[in-house]
Amino acid sequence: MKNNLLRVQPIRNGTVIDHIKADRGKKILDILDLSRIGTTISLLINVQSKIQIRKDIIKIEDRELNEVEIEKLALLSPDVIVNIIRNYAVSEKKKIEIPSLITGLVQCPNENCICNNEKYVDSKFKLLNKETLQIQCTYCKRKIEEEDITFIY
Amino acid sequence: MKHIVSIEDLNKKSIMDILKRANELLPVAKGNKKSKALDGKILATCFFEPSTRTKLSFESAMQRLGGSCIGFADPSATSHLKGETLTDAIRMVAGYSDAVILRHPREGAAKLASEVSEVPIINGGDGAGQHPTQTLLDLFTINNEIGKIEGLKVGMLGDLRYGRTVHSLSQALDRFNTKFFFISPKSLAMPEHVTDELDNPWSIHENLNEVLSDLDVLYVTRIQKERFPDLEDYKIVAGNYKIDLGVLKNAKPKMRILHPLPRVGEISTDVDNTKHAAYFRQAFNGIPVRMALLEKLIGGK
Repeated sequence: MKNNLLRVQPIRNGTVIDHIKADRGKKILDILDLSRIGTTISLLINVQSKIQIRKDIIKIEDRELNEVEIEKLALLSPDVIVNIIRNYAVSEKKKIEIPSLITGLVQCPNENCICNNEKYVDSKFKLLNKETLQIQCTYCKRKIEEEDITFIY
Repeated sequence: MKHIVSIEDLNKKSIMDILKRANELLPVAKGNKKSKALDGKILATCFFEPSTRTKLSFESAMQRLGGSCIGFADPSATSHLKGETLTDAIRMVAGYSDAVILRHPREGAAKLASEVSEVPIINGGDGAGQHPTQTLLDLFTINNEIGKIEGLKVGMLGDLRYGRTVHSLSQALDRFNTKFFFISPKSLAMPEHVTDELDNPWSIHENLNEVLSDLDVLYVTRIQKERFPDLEDYKIVAGNYKIDLGVLKNAKPKMRILHPLPRVGEISTDVDNTKHAAYFRQAFNGIPVRMALLEKLIGGK
């Protein structure tokens, strides 16, 4: 763990997203639109982790992830750990749990679903399977698989 | 139980309770006995798309129980609601009534309405989604025609791809150890999202003759012209799946044919006078079943 953190210069303040499913880091960068933040970001791909499983790591300088971003993270790669770094030290370590009800985050793929056609209504998805990340629209009951998830912002 | 949004909201016991109560209400539904069970209560029928049959049957059911109805049926009558959100409209109507029947072109509308309504919402059909009272009356019909629902061999024929009635009915029948036979042209086959969920055995057929002699119930649905880009293809398919006396030669004497109606030629009129034809009784059954439901939701029974 220590070596991994050192592979890229330690950051003073910001966020380290650890234990990302291997090869998922790039997608997280894209979907959270992190490059837009304007600070330095490092992406480590296929890092050897302690338990011999490859993982990705993202380090974001001078920016702490907000709640909405963290919820999205959970759907992109369950079991990630978000470390908030302040003055070179881990000040908070958050293990991300996927909420059983995902509100206002995912676009329902059914164009005729009421949540895509009614003002002021947030999409709402029920988590059906924590492992496969299959979710279901609580309104039209459409089920979607992890690879088909589209985020609203 | 507060709202009826989806047939999934009802477990086997609540389904059987409703069917039992519907049976008791048959004399009232036929007008042979009077009821004041819902005297002074008001049912709002909000039809954001037209469905004469559903609307009339709910109004009849409510009035047979001594209650009265308000509402709108014509989509143009809702033009004054333009710009108003569905949730605002429902909050308003809920203030005027003791229960709301909602028919809406979008999937999930009834679920959304149930989240904001103070009074029970009954889904009268939401887009390609659910129509739970249709499913209940289908189950009631099977129960009364065959004498039981448990362990039957049920064929479904016609447009199984887009027909929401057959999707919900399969879902509901799956709790009753049903053996399913899905009969349709390939292009209109039962979708995987329905068959994937079934715990009981099912099979897919293109030809009714293969399975007809096995069936206890044959549920026929309309094959819509609009599903076929080529009119000639439609005519061939419609011809192949037409039920007439000749087709029924091999059917069990007690086999019953159901159809949600209206039909456009799927069942020849010469079948109407046979003992197989249950579809007109099925249409009537909408009344006692909806009465049982209204009594339960509004009367607190």
